[in-house]
Amino acid sequence: MKIIIAGCGNVGYALAEQLSEEKHDICVIDTRPDELDAATTGLDVIGINGTCSSYRVQEEAGVEDADILIAVTDMDEVNLLACLIAKKTGNCQTIARVRNPEYYDEIGFLKSKLGLSMVINPELAAASEIARLIQVPLAMEIDTFARGRVNLIKFELPEDFRWKDKTIREISSDFDGNFLACIIQRGNEIIIPDGRSVLRSGDKISVMVAPRYTNILFDKLGIPHRVIRNVMIAGGSRISYYLAKSLIRSRIRVKIIEKDHTRCEELSEQLPEAMIIEADASNEVVLNEEGLPGMDAFIALTDRDEENIMLSLYANKVSNAKQITKINKNRLGGIINEIPIGSIVSPKNLTAEYIIRYVRSLKNSMGSNVEAVYRMMDNRVEALEFYIRNDSAVTNVRLMDLKLRDDVLVCTIVRAGNQIIPSGSDMILKGDSVIIVTTHVGLNDIREILA
Amino acid sequence: MNYEIIIYILGWIVMSLIGALPFYLSGEIPIFVDAWFEIVSGFTTTGASILQDVEALSKCMLFWRSFSHWLGGMGVLVFVLAILPMAGGESVYFMKAESPGPSVSKLVPKLKNSAMVLYAIYIGLLVLEFIFLLIGRMPLFDAICMSLGTAGTGGFGIVNSSAGDYTTYQQLVLTIFMMLFGVNFSFYFLMLMRKPKEALGIEEVRWYFAIFAVSAVVIAWNLTTVMGGRPLMNLHHAAFQVATVMTTTGFSTTDFDLWPELSKSLLVVLMFIGACAGSTGGGMKVSRILIYFKTIKKELAFLVHPRSVKILKMDGKKIEHTVLRSANVFFCTYMSILLLSVILISVDQFDFTTNFTAVVATLNNIGPGLSVVGPAGNYSGFSAFSKLILSFDMLAGRLELFPMLILFLPSSWRRN
Repeated sequence: MKIIIAGCGNVGYALAEQLSEEKHDICVIDTRPDELDAATTGLDVIGINGTCSSYRVQEEAGVEDADILIAVTDMDEVNLLACLIAKKTGNCQTIARVRNPEYYDEIGFLKSKLGLSMVINPELAAASEIARLIQVPLAMEIDTFARGRVNLIKFELPEDFRWKDKTIREISSDFDGNFLACIIQRGNEIIIPDGRSVLRSGDKISVMVAPRYTNILFDKLGIPHRVIRNVMIAGGSRISYYLAKSLIRSRIRVKIIEKDHTRCEELSEQLPEAMIIEADASNEVVLNEEGLPGMDAFIALTDRDEENIMLSLYANKVSNAKQITKINKNRLGGIINEIPIGSIVSPKNLTAEYIIRYVRSLKNSMGSNVEAVYRMMDNRVEALEFYIRNDSAVTNVRLMDLKLRDDVLVCTIVRAGNQIIPSGSDMILKGDSVIIVTTHVGLNDIREILA
Repeated sequence: MNYEIIIYILGWIVMSLIGALPFYLSGEIPIFVDAWFEIVSGFTTTGASILQDVEALSKCMLFWRSFSHWLGGMGVLVFVLAILPMAGGESVYFMKAESPGPSVSKLVPKLKNSAMVLYAIYIGLLVLEFIFLLIGRMPLFDAICMSLGTAGTGGFGIVNSSAGDYTTYQQLVLTIFMMLFGVNFSFYFLMLMRKPKEALGIEEVRWYFAIFAVSAVVIAWNLTTVMGGRPLMNLHHAAFQVATVMTTTGFSTTDFDLWPELSKSLLVVLMFIGACAGSTGGGMKVSRILIYFKTIKKELAFLVHPRSVKILKMDGKKIEHTVLRSANVFFCTYMSILLLSVILISVDQFDFTTNFTAVVATLNNIGPGLSVVGPAGNYSGFSAFSKLILSFDMLAGRLELFPMLILFLPSSWRRN
């Protein structure tokens, strides 16, 4: 597909990188020559220097035969205008990043009037992600599949739990077909479990489960799960606002620490139920006085990644709070996973991820049948959602009779809105959505799971 | 310099001097200070009287008394809801405390139109009350005077028993309309603009009715347990008395000076609270009380969390700092005037209850107080000096204190 990316900041670059790897033709537009240079030399894309909301520039980028235009500049208005122009001149799908809450409140109107295919608000997306993590306090990561019908919850197995040192086969009767362990991360090793795999304490396992069974899962495991009632948020950004709003709706008490006085007043006006503290969050005295040790969750959302990491480290030291850390630019890769700063949320990655998911589903309607792809564990594992359009070698055969490749697991079959955690005797049928977890990156078709 | 305010105040004073002339010239109130007290009480919609025998007055004078309530109420409405928000600016910021919610001038672009709508609501309610009273077979003259007195939340009766001799139905109509005239007129305005959701969302109006209901029930319970009698009838009288005191009207159906202490104390407290801002009622106003409680809550939270930032809100909107400041200054000024007046009129050797409630009843534009100035008594016993002090209190209370005090500021009188 031919894709135009307007704006080559962090998100634009990440998108260009990912999409060009997936063999799309990418054209990047930006007003800053340096950023363009970085993209064109580092990636297999072409760059056009100019204003992306200009018709001439878009024409030069080939908007007329482009399939998608993705507008991710810093300015909402420019993004919306660029999408509008592209829609009017070409015949392409348009995706815009819109961050201003006032626009976002009327996004349905904008979407239909401007003919946008997708609108993404990175801060809101990040806030929803964090809110999900708060709802399931034990989870380190939660990914949703099949439009929220199934979650893949990653959590660490404690010192002691009911199924300690047992194999998956031994405990499968306990699972009742409601859960399925999909990935086991043991140290640096990643295991796609089969019946012989053993659960050890300290493992980080990812379990496929429907939202309503989440608590039952932890009950069965014998892991005491707590409910989060008090949350401290460091930094009063837009994410903090969206997050606090959603937490307050679930009757969770929120305390926000922000150092800018004007911003404090704004927040207090918008969130009357939240307690707003005007102080520098990176101050031990403040954190202790405001009761960090007694908090159920601590979320570091200041503007600076380094500060967030330090804050979470401190919270880890003085409290039992669940920590969530916002990190925008993760240039140090794996090292971040080594330090105890809890779950990591990155609005920019989320934006890129959501857009790529959408692009894949578009591509799907043009040949491939991947509905959604999630990259996990530093991109070493992929969870793919396939929609089964046609009968093929994988359909109408019992799973135990299929000769699957190693490290491929059929996690969930969604049939007519119901999720089925498959056992050996289940079959894939036409019309199902199937979720596969695998370490083989880059699958394009369901048939590729066969050995 | 804000000449408008000074001219407005002088207008009130000159008006009352002229208004006193009919009483004085007709010889029905022979002492001019008394005549002035009576008409100030009328224009400020207070209803405090120096007359020992109201019934001795001619019908013409009785009508003038009641009519002065109606005029005063009209002047106050436009003053508070239309003129002050329009004048805007720093000099009248203290008035903005009156209507932190939707102010009428914001709903209609032109002042003239706003005033017309206000008059229409005011007169419409008046006519409605008049009709309901006539349906209850109240004599025509009584119905006119009582309607005028209720509309301005004034409280001059035309018989010595005030509202005591009227039928239960008539008293009930009076209770309901007193309460209606004490509601913030923005409420009716929003209703007319077909915005019932916003109208019902006005915090002040909700609290106004909540305070009314709770007080009426508590007093009815207190009456029934201490003095006996039919609970329903007690509730009727309690509701009437609470309405008359809260809306600062000042009619009475019974002599509440004879009521149990709890009831009397509660009524005195209600005198301070008063009606809604933006109505014809007086007192400190429910909205100010709300602001005070919100401030107290914020201050307490601030003690526990010294770094916390909390924006106070009323009707979902931020209360500006200037409004908070003026509300606080209002309270200090209010208490200063109250205490100073009590001390000054104590010269007359009345008991403390009399002095205190006399000042409270005039400063809050209610009318009857307790003891000597109770529903069965009057203000005739005070000296001319005390009557002047109380007249000043009535004007100060009616005009939200500060405009009256401006007159004492030397710079107001300098040419530059």
